[in-house]
Amino acid sequence: MNETVIFSVVLLAVLGLVLALILYLVAQKFKVEEDPRIDLVAEALPGANCGACGKAGCRDMAEQIVKDPSYTGCPVCNADNIAKIAEILGRVPEEKEPCIAVVRCKGGKVNSPSKVQFEGLQSCSFANSLFTTEGGCPFGCLGCGDCTKACTFDAIRMNPETGIPEVDPDKCTACGACAKACPRGIIEIRKKREATGRVYVGCMNKQKGVYSTKVCKISCIGCGKCVKVCPQNAITLANNLAYVNDDLCIACQKCVEACPTKAMTIMPLSKKLPETPKAEPASVPATATEPMQKAETLA
Amino acid sequence: MAENTKWVVSGAPHIHGSDSVTKIMWGVVVALIPAFLVSVYFFGLQALVLTLVTVASCLLFEFLINKFFFKRPCCLGDGSAMITGLLLALNLPSNLPLWMAIVGSLVAIGVAKWAYGGLGSNPFNPALVGRVFLLISFPVAMTTWPLPHALFGGSTVTDAITGPTPLAIAKEALKTGQTPEQIMSELPAYSDMLFGNMAGSMGEISAIAILLGGIFMLCRRIITWHIPVAFLGSAFIFAGILWLADPTQFMDPVFHLLTGGIMLGAIFMATDMVTSPMTNKGKLIFGVGCGVLTILIRTFGAYPEGVSFAILIMNAFVPLINRGCTPKRFANAK
Amino acid sequence: MNMKTFNIGGVHPNDSKLNADAPMQELPIPKQVCVMVSQHLGAPSQPIVKKGDKVKVGTVLTSNDAFLSAVVHSPVSGTVNKIADVIDASLYPKPAIFIDVEGDEWEESIDRSPEIKREINLDGPAIIQKIKEMGIVGMGGACFPTHVKLMPPKDAKAEYLLLNGVECEPYLTCDYRLMLDHAEEIMIGAQILMKALNVSQAIVGIEANKPKAIAHMSEMAKKFPGISVQALKMKYPQGAEKQLIKALTGRAVPSGKLPINVGCVVDNVATCYAVYQAVQKNMPLVQRIVTVTGPSVPQPTNFLARLGTPVSAFLEAIGGVPEDTGKVISGGPMMGKALANTEVSSVKGMSGILVLPEKQAHRNTVYPCIRCGKCVEACPMGLEPYLIASTSLAKAFDLTEKARVMDCIECGCCHFTCPSNRPLLDAIKLGKSTVGKIIRARNAKN
Repeated sequence: MNETVIFSVVLLAVLGLVLALILYLVAQKFKVEEDPRIDLVAEALPGANCGACGKAGCRDMAEQIVKDPSYTGCPVCNADNIAKIAEILGRVPEEKEPCIAVVRCKGGKVNSPSKVQFEGLQSCSFANSLFTTEGGCPFGCLGCGDCTKACTFDAIRMNPETGIPEVDPDKCTACGACAKACPRGIIEIRKKREATGRVYVGCMNKQKGVYSTKVCKISCIGCGKCVKVCPQNAITLANNLAYVNDDLCIACQKCVEACPTKAMTIMPLSKKLPETPKAEPASVPATATEPMQKAETLA
Repeated sequence: MAENTKWVVSGAPHIHGSDSVTKIMWGVVVALIPAFLVSVYFFGLQALVLTLVTVASCLLFEFLINKFFFKRPCCLGDGSAMITGLLLALNLPSNLPLWMAIVGSLVAIGVAKWAYGGLGSNPFNPALVGRVFLLISFPVAMTTWPLPHALFGGSTVTDAITGPTPLAIAKEALKTGQTPEQIMSELPAYSDMLFGNMAGSMGEISAIAILLGGIFMLCRRIITWHIPVAFLGSAFIFAGILWLADPTQFMDPVFHLLTGGIMLGAIFMATDMVTSPMTNKGKLIFGVGCGVLTILIRTFGAYPEGVSFAILIMNAFVPLINRGCTPKRFANAK
Repeated sequence: MNMKTFNIGGVHPNDSKLNADAPMQELPIPKQVCVMVSQHLGAPSQPIVKKGDKVKVGTVLTSNDAFLSAVVHSPVSGTVNKIADVIDASLYPKPAIFIDVEGDEWEESIDRSPEIKREINLDGPAIIQKIKEMGIVGMGGACFPTHVKLMPPKDAKAEYLLLNGVECEPYLTCDYRLMLDHAEEIMIGAQILMKALNVSQAIVGIEANKPKAIAHMSEMAKKFPGISVQALKMKYPQGAEKQLIKALTGRAVPSGKLPINVGCVVDNVATCYAVYQAVQKNMPLVQRIVTVTGPSVPQPTNFLARLGTPVSAFLEAIGGVPEDTGKVISGGPMMGKALANTEVSSVKGMSGILVLPEKQAHRNTVYPCIRCGKCVEACPMGLEPYLIASTSLAKAFDLTEKARVMDCIECGCCHFTCPSNRPLLDAIKLGKSTVGKIIRARNAKN
């Protein structure tokens, strides 16, 4: 009995030692010399492996950053991440304006009432090949949520009431995965502008006003009023559709007030109304002057 | 435009065949009725109670898992849990303690089915996993078979008489050096085996009843002929080769086809859609693998019966078979 | 009767040929027609008329220099009202020519006499030129310009002309009607095509559910040397080009090749009839037969209608949209397109308007894939639809390509047969278009 026990113990111990030795030798033999900073940088990266940079993951990205000093890469990093990486590598942290995804369509169930009912595979790319939208807009959001499926940060979600995706500004890292996923290119990465709010055209319809107003209440009709009021010449009009140049815009909101169809949008909405006791949110054209002045002071 | 109702826009095709998951599942349930009736006939109310318990517990576990783990409305309507319960019952000896049957149901539904993601995602046949779990955990209870006694007339003693299955008898006898002829004289005649008058799991005893169900499923296009034919055919041929090689050491192939769970396995268990290959070529390979493994386990393995293990082993090969067996392409495109 | 069919896959939908033996009716010309500028597969056309122009039936409306193209003729006489975008069947705006109808005056060159003209006077190239001028396209639905098919590449030689009278789509009866009413014209059309292609054999394939058409066409074929009629077993999608060639000649078109590579040219019987009219009667493609049908339609009818007639006019002709309508389809139920809009006008490829009641309009509840393999069994191209669909949904498009998604003919058999009601074809189409883009990008790079 005793011998058996001793034999087993010894056998297992010897076996363990031999195997450990083999493992050690193999590890020595195949050891890969690697810059230790890669691990550090990889840790400093957001670590979501979202793939927005086009690399195979955050570690791959870290290798690239360490190897190539000019590489700026990660579109998801916030200022903290960048500072940390710069510190590890002894570089000067680059300035990066925080960005966010904006959904440039406000149609959905509310403003573009559905004329037909879509059934089948809930995929925007497929629906895009089948028809326009339930409301009939050939440029609008299809509402099947390809963008929400593409987001690795759970930052974009469908609003069941409007059928339009909404971006969570706290979670969005502006990686651009949703913009890539959208078959209609509705989602754009723009500057976050937390202080002033983001101004953009909430419509992608390039049809003439006669057509676009038939399918959607808030469509941009290409009237050009915003172009005229913009003090920065930031707004251009092409194919019956206005576009706000993000680099020039100062978020003065004059265009938002001037827009007859309310396609021009300010996000977050709280920025729309400066804190005055007399705020009258609904009737924009009537009280156009006052909020506009406020907006100016705000800007 | 139609003003009031919204027309539907969807991709082609706009009509659908009459097949549905529910129809398939209930078709299998119907096909199991003959085997079930035979087992009730031979094993009495016990069999009925056991079946009710496994079916009820399978449905209950399915419901609970959906409700509390996945937090979604239950999907009992598709009938898949019902089939698992029925098949599990038919794979058990009728005198099994009911609590064991419930444990088997939990393993079948919880471990073998929902742990992998539910209907369609399980690599192994849930009822068989349940059965094998019980067989390994409670070997005595699982191999104590009541002898059949016709429900109407015959023996008045119901629960007392138990005995080994013909397969177990043969295995033991062969070990002690008896020849197949001597063994056969101790066993029920083949005609009795055909109708189910022998010891065994509830559903496996009557080859005729199982074949009836199989023909029904073939007619309803629930199963194709490939797996049963390949399974039984390969088992028959392989057993035949062994028997021809040494008739004093191996049982004859007809014996192998009529005893144990091979009929039930080939027609109901191996043909389970979820756990069998997609293409006809793959189904043939799968069937042959099952057949050969069954005979291998029966003749050379420790267990007298090998159908469950054979099918489960082949289940594991299904992804590989699917990968290797592409259908015949149009114009033989590579 | 010795019946043939194709060898792999296929499904058997209920053929639902409602009221097929009712006579064809002529649909009154509407007050205004809207002629889509591009009604063919290939390079888009440009309108050559302008607002206020007077047109007659047969006046050329568009021009196109591209090889793969077809022109459009005015289906009515009247004045061009406007050239503007019109919302098409899928609600997308497409250019169209609106014509206000005034009377019914035809171009003088068109022979409208009812006599059948049997003598073929033109030679091969002239026939092809004529077919091109008259804007003939494949009328089975794909709208492939017919003259292109008649000009095979140098290294290929046509041996057979195959006429598609299969009409395997359930509900549709327009080709059946045409074969009963205009068998001889179809035969002459076939002879014209044979002359243009320089082939000596033509086979008409007709499915067994149309015994009258088989009998009538066989009788007629006796008068025409080289043309024979072959009855085919009922199986969808027998009308698909590759499947029809396989069924009629036993030849299989290899992946990525055209029918001409196995010496076959396939044309629909309706196209054949249009060819007859174009070549013998100088009549451009300005009207076609449209089946208006559906389970709840009181009198399913085949209408002879001018192109550009709005779908709503067809629906009025059958007594309005039935009350329980849930879906209106252009074409057959297997491959047709659901309409979102009835103001859309009929085009050269519109073979039918199918009205489905509400309870048949919806997709069924989707269950998980139970891996039954029925889609694999049903696929006429021998593909694995479940695999293509799942890789496409997982965005593993390299695997989708490897699973031969580009061979898919989008017949819908997999989707039709799936007991779990999975949207297989939706996912496959998505994969096919994406993989197509990937392949084009790759080819552009090399």
